[in-house]
Amino acid sequence: MTKIKTQSLHKRESDLAQSNRQLEILSNGIFKTGELPTFAQKIKETNQFPLQPKKLEILQINVGYMCNQVCEHCHVDAGPDRKEIMTVETMQQCLEVIKNTGATTLDLTGGAPEMNPNFRWFVEEASKAGIQDFIVRSNLTIIRANKKYYDLPEFFKKHNVHVVSSMPHWTRGKTDKQRGDGVFDKSIKALQDLNAVGYGLPGSDLKLDLVYNPTGAFLPGDQASMEKDFKKALMDDFGIQFHNLFAITNLPISRFLDYLIASENYEDYMYSLVEAYNPAAVANVMCTNTISISWDGWLYDCDFNQMLDLKVASKVQHIKDYNEDLLNNRDIIISQHCYGCTAGAGSSCQGAVAE
Amino acid sequence: MSYYDPKDLRKFGDITEWSEELGSKFFDYYGKVFEEGALTAREKSLIALAVAHTEQCPYCIDAYTKDSLQRGVTKEEMMEAVHVGAAIKSGATLVHGVMMMNKVNKLDG
Repeated sequence: MTKIKTQSLHKRESDLAQSNRQLEILSNGIFKTGELPTFAQKIKETNQFPLQPKKLEILQINVGYMCNQVCEHCHVDAGPDRKEIMTVETMQQCLEVIKNTGATTLDLTGGAPEMNPNFRWFVEEASKAGIQDFIVRSNLTIIRANKKYYDLPEFFKKHNVHVVSSMPHWTRGKTDKQRGDGVFDKSIKALQDLNAVGYGLPGSDLKLDLVYNPTGAFLPGDQASMEKDFKKALMDDFGIQFHNLFAITNLPISRFLDYLIASENYEDYMYSLVEAYNPAAVANVMCTNTISISWDGWLYDCDFNQMLDLKVASKVQHIKDYNEDLLNNRDIIISQHCYGCTAGAGSSCQGAVAE
Repeated sequence: MSYYDPKDLRKFGDITEWSEELGSKFFDYYGKVFEEGALTAREKSLIALAVAHTEQCPYCIDAYTKDSLQRGVTKEEMMEAVHVGAAIKSGATLVHGVMMMNKVNKLDG
């Protein structure tokens, strides 16, 4: 069994903190020898290469890599030691884009986005744009981390924020194994706090969804069945309610890649992803309707490409030059990590993408 | 070298190459059995895990441990399932003790 690390790969000065090193691993070995097809070869089989955007629906903004947790699987390599934080100037550039975008979903993520000192101001300003679905990805424990965060449920409610939170299992052992000691208890308390102000209740407009991603080197099970099991367990044990469960596959990058290699599961995991490849999921994969914006304003096809420093293949690469029409006319950058989004029912920040 | 190679599990589907009709019928049947039905796929996975142990099939233990994890089954639930299999195996041995007792009683009662 691996023991959870308390520092990011960056802080530990691990090789895998470098995106080039990760991309090298993903392109060599079983993919170089031809034992497994590359993602490009695979999508060519069904004439889906090059992958191109459809209508933009989601603007996902990463407001910083700082986090109060150091989760074992984190693709951001987030943690308390990460200092990359979006500035007010970049937030203002984002707000200009939010006011004029054709996207219907705004999705704030991190790190723990709440740790950005200008988070509340940004949410207040962004909510004025009246975007249809305004998501904040909250890790839950931040709500209980410090008194200054205790009122976050009320704050979210005031701005009609759709809260999406990670919960890898309904048991303490599995949750704490992935996310750190004490995370389960704090998460439960935070979910109860959210329920107390009306989040997640049946029929409530205050949306509370949970994200499930596996605690180890295996793929997520059927989303609907998992949702049923989560709902029953959280209600029976803690009286907690929520709306939907999104089952997300761990992509083989950053800390999860580090874990796969250290536990000697890398090859088997890549086999599992390739064997579970579903062409139907390719059609709806997240990068076809999303633009991901980093803390320093660069633009990416998705949050994973952001972490691999694969900027969009477009003349427009930074929020200061944002132009939706130009951006939509691009090819999406792919590598073998993309298999993570096309396995089984597919995987996106909104969960499964295919039947 | 072991008789069992974990990589062979990936080649399970290849058995169809030497007998397409029977292989295909088997895999169709196999797939159907594990679909959600009167039992959930999760319950079926636990049954399969217990049977994998009583059959002492390393491939099946690999496959259904992973399958159980994918379905959110906890290690405590998995170990209980293995005990169910073990209890039936040992019970099946012990219940034959009655046969032994019957024979002793007949021959030497």
